[in-house]
Amino acid sequence: MEDHGRTSHWHCRLKWLTYAPMSHFSRIAAVTVLSALGLNAAEAPRLSSDQLAKAIRNDAISIPTPGELFAALGKPGKPNWSDQFRGPIPTTYKNRPQIALNLGGLIADGFIAVEAQDGQQVKNIGTDIIKMAKALGVSENILSRGNSINDFAENNNWDALQEELEATQNEVKSSMQSHQDQDLVILVSLGGWIRGTEVVSSAILKNYNEQSARVLRQPALVNFIHTKVKDISADTLNDPLVKKVSDQLGTIEQLVAFPPGKTPTIDDIRKVHQAVNHVMAEIQEKPDKK
Amino acid sequence: MNRIGLTICSLVISVWSSMAAAETDREVQAHKMVLDLAGAFSNEGFKMRDGHWTGALKQKENALVAVNLYAGNQYWFSVGAVEPAKKIDVAVYDETGNRVTTDNYSEGEKAAAGFSPASSGQYYVSVGLIEGGESTFCLVYSYK
Repeated sequence: MEDHGRTSHWHCRLKWLTYAPMSHFSRIAAVTVLSALGLNAAEAPRLSSDQLAKAIRNDAISIPTPGELFAALGKPGKPNWSDQFRGPIPTTYKNRPQIALNLGGLIADGFIAVEAQDGQQVKNIGTDIIKMAKALGVSENILSRGNSINDFAENNNWDALQEELEATQNEVKSSMQSHQDQDLVILVSLGGWIRGTEVVSSAILKNYNEQSARVLRQPALVNFIHTKVKDISADTLNDPLVKKVSDQLGTIEQLVAFPPGKTPTIDDIRKVHQAVNHVMAEIQEKPDKK
Repeated sequence: MNRIGLTICSLVISVWSSMAAAETDREVQAHKMVLDLAGAFSNEGFKMRDGHWTGALKQKENALVAVNLYAGNQYWFSVGAVEPAKKIDVAVYDETGNRVTTDNYSEGEKAAAGFSPASSGQYYVSVGLIEGGESTFCLVYSYK
């Protein structure tokens, strides 16, 4: 498995979008025409397992955003996203890995608030994201992201908010990389994935249908995250919380490894939910509350 | 270190720095190109990922990037490559290595492939150089 993080970029594309021509109806028409000319997939040679193993796997593009997961869940029918809000979580953790894990979870909460189209909730979460990012000592640029989130929430600009949330997450990760905090990058992604999966499994349990249940098949994704977590420095990996979360990821990987074509049953979903719910509770628990 | 040694050293550093900067410029250029293409899909309601991948495009060697997709969503994978690439190709493979049927768009050094996965899981986006010289490419994807 290769990780080519060195050449990946974390810039916000919104800066460039300003200059990108946005009127492309003729091109869309061309796409439709050219579709018919596509290669017959069945005639194409199959890739070997060696080729697949050598594929580039990278945090920036191989890990989907919570927004993608929520978009898939919303296809059979829009869930009641407001039901999935959680109460405010502490923003004063002392432990850096715990802050990173919770920061990822908060960003997933931001996506939920966008799906619910709740501007005030987005603003509250945005404020907490900035607090946690500052606690990690990330770039001051993150402050302007907070302002943008507020502005977009004020104007109900939900599409822009989704983009801004991902851009904020990427900017936090980029800042971590430049501050030699590489270990924390995957923890942000992990926190987001766990929170996203907790919400989606909860929504499916409330209104089970086969199409929704199929979105939870993610063995390669969990395996990739788990491999990256196991690859972080011994100091971070020996952090009691990180160790616990990493240990449980192995179990979760098995729980989401449904065979292709098999639809997870409601019991399967319940097991996934219980596992991620347990991990999420540990992530957000403040040590001094014990 | 004598003066000649220092001069050679500074020359090497200077050349290396300019090469590194040039490479970054090419990546930036490829990114701009692909945003131009992917913007078309944004107009159709697709949300573009902020995350992207830039890499080298070589003769007879497809770049393969792993992505994790969700059943129910529609995806477009857009690629832009800078000169001397003249024509590129984008294809998608499932987790067993079989090519999936995609809608395809190609316009010289820009190309895209779109499909809706029937099964959630890992897929592979393959980027190949069909005409032209070795180059730098940028991949982004959009979903709805």
